[in-house]
Amino acid sequence: MLSQGLPTSQALGPPMYTFPMAPADVQARVLRNARLSADYNVLYLEAPVIGAASLPGQFVMIRAAAGTDPLLRRPFSVFEILRDAAGSATGISVLCKRIGPATARLYDAAAGDSLPVLGPLGKPFSLVSPPVEAWMVAGGVGLAPFASLAEALRNAGAKARLFYGGRTRADLFYLDWFESRGVALDLATEDGSLGAHGRVTAPLDEALRARADGLPVTLYACGPEPMLKAVASLARLHGCPSQLSTERIMGCGLGGCYSCVVRVRGGDGAPRFVRSCLNGPVFDGSDLIWE
Amino acid sequence: MDLSVRIGSLVLKNPLMSASGCFGYGLEYAEIVDLASLGAVVVKGLFLKEREGHPPPRIVETPSGMLNAIGLQGIGVHRFIREKMPELRRLGAVVIVNVCGSSIEEYVEVSRILSDVEGVAALELNISCPNIKEGGIQFGCNLASTGAVVAAVRKATTLPLIPKLTPNVTSVSSFARAAEENGADAVSLVNTFLAMVVDVETRRPAISNGMGGLSGPAIRPIAVRMVYECANQVRIPVIGMGGISSARDVLEFMIAGATAVQVGTASFVDPFIWPKLQAGIEDYMTRHRVARVADLVGTVAFGR
Repeated sequence: MLSQGLPTSQALGPPMYTFPMAPADVQARVLRNARLSADYNVLYLEAPVIGAASLPGQFVMIRAAAGTDPLLRRPFSVFEILRDAAGSATGISVLCKRIGPATARLYDAAAGDSLPVLGPLGKPFSLVSPPVEAWMVAGGVGLAPFASLAEALRNAGAKARLFYGGRTRADLFYLDWFESRGVALDLATEDGSLGAHGRVTAPLDEALRARADGLPVTLYACGPEPMLKAVASLARLHGCPSQLSTERIMGCGLGGCYSCVVRVRGGDGAPRFVRSCLNGPVFDGSDLIWE
Repeated sequence: MDLSVRIGSLVLKNPLMSASGCFGYGLEYAEIVDLASLGAVVVKGLFLKEREGHPPPRIVETPSGMLNAIGLQGIGVHRFIREKMPELRRLGAVVIVNVCGSSIEEYVEVSRILSDVEGVAALELNISCPNIKEGGIQFGCNLASTGAVVAAVRKATTLPLIPKLTPNVTSVSSFARAAEENGADAVSLVNTFLAMVVDVETRRPAISNGMGGLSGPAIRPIAVRMVYECANQVRIPVIGMGGISSARDVLEFMIAGATAVQVGTASFVDPFIWPKLQAGIEDYMTRHRVARVADLVGTVAFGR
């Protein structure tokens, strides 16, 4: 059976206390810190237990420093699942953008440092298989869940395409990585320095219009809220399912604090807040209500 | 080694409790925390009906702390009893329910309903939430209202009754006395400190509600002082909280006068904190040759 996105009922179903395993809190050694630009870096973390359990779209909570300032952990999508030559999971990588004190610490992390990493957490993406195509839409640091998703889609034999936008060409990363894994790229920059000039949703809209009659597509998106909203509306317009990875300020990642809520439509059609850490971070685009 | 403590008629196996609003309904943590190992699980505040809470952003981090205005999102007392209590009972959790109301009648009604529920061990009266317009802190900032709501709920339940006090008053201990005089079995404090963070780039408050409650290590010394003051003013037990992140902090509150403690923000940072706290308390008791943890309560000694 092909799966084209999460059934609507899942967004409000019982939070996934049991899926796929209880999260582990590990002291993960930093294997490598690849600084991609003045703001972006990828941290490679040794965490076999978390790597083995992680599914695309899930996230981890990372404590950037010991002590109390910064105090709370920060959520990061699982970017890649790291594997040894035999294919066994050895850890994960996370894509970080430096926006505050905690991410600044992570930007400055050195190989050999040790960071508390809690995960995997949250609901993953559901995968599609042929003939459905997977079209991923990433805005800026919203690329974060898509490396592991691209790998999983390739294993499922699904054709994948990445629509990827940023402010400028220097903000677009891992292009060779995705291309080498058979992912077709559609790029956009707001300054026109690479790919289409403007927002990434413009080439997405064009591609949806231009696709062959009857080609089933599932949209996967992660990025700024206006982009997610635009993707949800294009999905509705073109009759495609969409799975959107939301980003919220999160206190705990486990459902304890009720900080990370998003508004969704309930079974009765009434709007309500649900915790994106438990009921998400991946939601069916048709369930989300935009403020 | 005896870690048990007594709160009214309730004997807890140890002094460690989750703080309301920081541990969901407990079940969120059931896979990683043995709920039965806690002295008590204090669940998220419940009104009679479901509440939506405030729009995000609901929290912002501050130096060694955090500001929150969740707005008491919750499923209401009936759904809690139906959907959460059976599993909490099965897991052997000692459940303390945090009771909210926007009127005295609602506090009484919610308390009366919970009094008949098997497995509810005690009620914590939330008269101190700083983040909602009606109810909460409006009862907790006025001595007569505090007395009135405690007295009214006292008539409706025989469960141990624990008003949770706000630090946002001139003299917390006078509120502890008002609670005691009107039939409370214990008091818990402190709820969060009303506070504000402004984003200077946008010149807007950092959270949607404008103001919120400050918690975390930043408030701990003030909370310890308030617990000390209250413990000296009332005979009923004081349950202390405010920035507890380690066994050392638990012991500090107990020595200052707390019979038991609640942990909130620290369990966001480390959800596996509970056995670590207990081990640290046991280690201290061994080192100091303390046989019963209750013997530490209120033993702070002045003078050099």
